Amino acid sequence: MRRFELVLPENVEDCVKALAQGGAEAKLLAGGTDLLPQMKNGLLKPARVIDLSGIARLRAIEPGNGQGIRIGSAVTARMLELDRAVRAHYLSLAESGALVGSVQVRNLATLGGNLCNAAPSADMAPPLLALDAEAVITGPKGERRVPIAAFFTGVRRTVLAPEELLVELAVPNPGPRSGGNYLRHTPRRELDIAVVGVASQLSLANGVCTKARIALAAVAPVPLRATAAEQALEGQAVTPDRIARAADLAVEAARPIGDQRGSADFRRHLVRVLTRRTLTTALARASA
Amino acid sequence: MAKHLLSCTVNDEPVEVLVQPWDTLLDALRERIGLTGPKEGCGTGDCGACTVHFDGKPIASCLLLAMQARGHNVRTIEGLGRPGALHPLQDAFVRHGVPQCGFCIPGVLMAAAALLTENPRPTQEEIRYGIAGNLCRCTGYTKMLAAITEAAGATAGRRS
Repeated sequence: MRRFELVLPENVEDCVKALAQGGAEAKLLAGGTDLLPQMKNGLLKPARVIDLSGIARLRAIEPGNGQGIRIGSAVTARMLELDRAVRAHYLSLAESGALVGSVQVRNLATLGGNLCNAAPSADMAPPLLALDAEAVITGPKGERRVPIAAFFTGVRRTVLAPEELLVELAVPNPGPRSGGNYLRHTPRRELDIAVVGVASQLSLANGVCTKARIALAAVAPVPLRATAAEQALEGQAVTPDRIARAADLAVEAARPIGDQRGSADFRRHLVRVLTRRTLTTALARASA
Repeated sequence: MAKHLLSCTVNDEPVEVLVQPWDTLLDALRERIGLTGPKEGCGTGDCGACTVHFDGKPIASCLLLAMQARGHNVRTIEGLGRPGALHPLQDAFVRHGVPQCGFCIPGVLMAAAALLTENPRPTQEEIRYGIAGNLCRCTGYTKMLAAITEAAGATAGRRS
């Protein structure tokens, strides 16, 4: 690895100062599972690396203001996979954590790293989109909140300015009559990258869908919601026919490319299949 | 650029050692502390040969900077058992003749030991999932599964 200066802040304020001083030459280090391989192969050559592992606030999962949960950006995939509160109310997010890498990688890889690397295939993005999460960002000018749907601006690009830090994700509680599911397709079962990922979340009242969310990964430059498919379900009883119709509409929202992991047509096929499956599971969980 | 002083616990012993900012934990263990049990296979977290326990949890030590271990507990294969008092997994690996070239074995043992700590009676599926992050280029997985299954029976029985 190329030489760099290592900064070890113990709180968010010192971290933001170190970022401001480092400018574009600084990189934040969370789990290292994306950053270190890119530094080892010379793709990234930061002059300054700022380690987030000493900042306790970033590793906390805590009740949010009112209902909901706050998940620190340096919470690991393994913590999401196992945390009781996350599993109880935000199961699709726990499922996405369980799919990342191997256990050795999941104990390092972080939620914030997955989001800030902003790969179109980021597994943790669709569940957060489907849960209407907000990104809490801090910088020299103070704190701001950005809906996760507006967080991604392009392939490997986000709304974060160079001197800003993603502190946590604020996720509203979807309520007791709500269920979610995240599924992805990969040729290998472990240590692979999603060809397509789909998260669905359904909320019910008196047998009618009050809120539907369907979010897609790896079918566009950024993770995105299939809003027409959502609207086709809201205000109705969720039946197999309506799920099939929503899956067709989700395909129309996808703008996939073809690459070594799958052709554009295969990706559209996967969107239809995974949307149907995740909606079916989300419905069963919401009804349970 | 100045070296950093790394203070942590390795195999139950306090360790203080000077490291470069760009040293990984694996670099520090092998080259500065002299523990060569963890191996560098890929250096990118894909092969699991560098697996150590970090506060009891298995991690890829090639993906952690050494200084990120400050204040933490690290355990390597050298601290899992010792000659004459092998960990039940090591004992089972010897009796089943699991190692072929042996390069992956320290990592596999650390992954399996972490699995059995969290889940003393894993199913075959859970064992496979637990060592999914460890590649064996000799493809000696069948004997690994047999040895881990046997050790799981022994350790679970002993604890209950």
